[in-house]
Amino acid sequence: MFYLALTICAVIFVYPFYWMVIASIAPENEIGSLTIMPTSLTLSSYAQMVDKIPIGGAFINSLIVASSITIGVLIFGSMIGYALSKLVFKGRDLIFYIIIFTMTLPFQITLIPQYIIMVKFGWIDTYWALIVPYLINALSIIMFRQYFKSIPDSLIDAARLDGCNELQIIFRILWPNSMPAIITIGIITFMASWNEVLWPLIVIRDESLMTMPQLVTLFAVGGRAESQLGVKLASAVMLALPIVLAYLFFQKYFIQSMASTGIKE
Amino acid sequence: MITRKKILPYLLVSPYIVHFLLFVAFPVVFSIVLTFHKWNIIAPMEYTGLNNYVRLFNDKTFIKSMGNTLIFLVIHIPLQIIVALFLAEILNQKLKLRGVFRGAFFLPVIVSGVVVTILWQQLYGFDTGLFNRLLTGVGLSKVGWLTDPGIAMISIAVMATWKNVGLYIILFLVGLQTVPAQYYEAADLEGANHWQKFFKITLPMINPTIFMVVILSTIGGFSLFIEPYIMTGGGPLNSTVSAVLYIYKQGFFYYHMGYAATLGLFFAFIILAVVMIQKKFIEKDH
Repeated sequence: MFYLALTICAVIFVYPFYWMVIASIAPENEIGSLTIMPTSLTLSSYAQMVDKIPIGGAFINSLIVASSITIGVLIFGSMIGYALSKLVFKGRDLIFYIIIFTMTLPFQITLIPQYIIMVKFGWIDTYWALIVPYLINALSIIMFRQYFKSIPDSLIDAARLDGCNELQIIFRILWPNSMPAIITIGIITFMASWNEVLWPLIVIRDESLMTMPQLVTLFAVGGRAESQLGVKLASAVMLALPIVLAYLFFQKYFIQSMASTGIKE
Repeated sequence: MITRKKILPYLLVSPYIVHFLLFVAFPVVFSIVLTFHKWNIIAPMEYTGLNNYVRLFNDKTFIKSMGNTLIFLVIHIPLQIIVALFLAEILNQKLKLRGVFRGAFFLPVIVSGVVVTILWQQLYGFDTGLFNRLLTGVGLSKVGWLTDPGIAMISIAVMATWKNVGLYIILFLVGLQTVPAQYYEAADLEGANHWQKFFKITLPMINPTIFMVVILSTIGGFSLFIEPYIMTGGGPLNSTVSAVLYIYKQGFFYYHMGYAATLGLFFAFIILAVVMIQKKFIEKDH
């Protein structure tokens, strides 16, 4: 009974993806009636897509942007999280409350002014606009702070006696002892940056600088797909593929990471 | 040495302070200033007093976008809770292959909204979409999933549920595991049936998770953007214009920066107000 219900639901969640993949490798005229398997398989939709949009370049852009953001969030997040959890200084609580406050602030209020800042900085159509605003992330600071609190002070004191400076303490002592936090923050940050689409649509107009979600979006709504379903779906498959592959290998971490952020919010 | 030790924490948090001032504090203040101005970025800013606010309350598209968001939330929130609770309850039965099913339900959560939207646009297609093929297959007539103004927003809400529900299944599973087993054992002794146990024990115990789902979905509803942007462009007849899509159109299509900022400020206020009311409910409950 339970298995029947679960299997029906699992089909509802997985079948559309299956359909998307086979539709992208089916002949264009068969997509409209496709259910399980086309009569023949072809890569022509992919060939046409590569012809029409710079999908390879967009892949590289997405990789550069998402990796830079993830590395930045991990470095800055752990530095700030360390100061807030292990060091005593004036204004520490104030900064902590400000961080909590910014987490509850809806992005709708800052969207327009942030765009104007990008214009004034001359950052429109540059990587800077895609990366810099995301380098600091309130949630990741809070998560690092929380995790570092569970690491005993004696470990840090011992390292200090051995002559470690504060940066060495963070990256040589705390990091190896905080792998669960680093994996969680790394996964959610990379995934969120890889999938981000509103901000790139606003600050990037030059096609050679577009990230994958933006390029695929504009391809889907613009006229260039010439109402061919196959090429649209092929571009969607390309966009989904890297994250789905990562998910297949690290499924447990993905689910734990997402669940922990949901709970903290 | 002592001064170095005193400065050090500030050095470590300085990136945050710079980021906060530049990308949070200044934008909030500037967005309030913008609401009193008319500006297209290129020409000088023009002071217009309360014009943007007057315009807001007379703007039919803005009112429509509020109504659309309401429709979205009324469909999305209950559907999300019912489906997530149902599947979490089943998955909580310690079945074999639990991990596989959980993994399947979670798949749409990790995939970009762009992918899900392009895919569902095909499924909702009028002539050859899978849903209409199913309907005509059993002898029913086709539905204008995305072309009927009375249905399009509901279609988007259903798709959004499909995309997000995996996350809420996990959150409910975590919640269900906090319910002490003794409660159920005691209920078993008194001869309670499955439904009684669900309504008298499970539901009250996972109330905090339900409220969290409501809050996250509300924020999600007001953040809806890429789904209508790709699927419908806000149409038919503005029936799928969402809050963020309207800010986007005013700001980056018409370059009405002052008015777009006014919309952003207003929507942010509504989100905060709704979330606070919901939080009050939670506190009252405990």
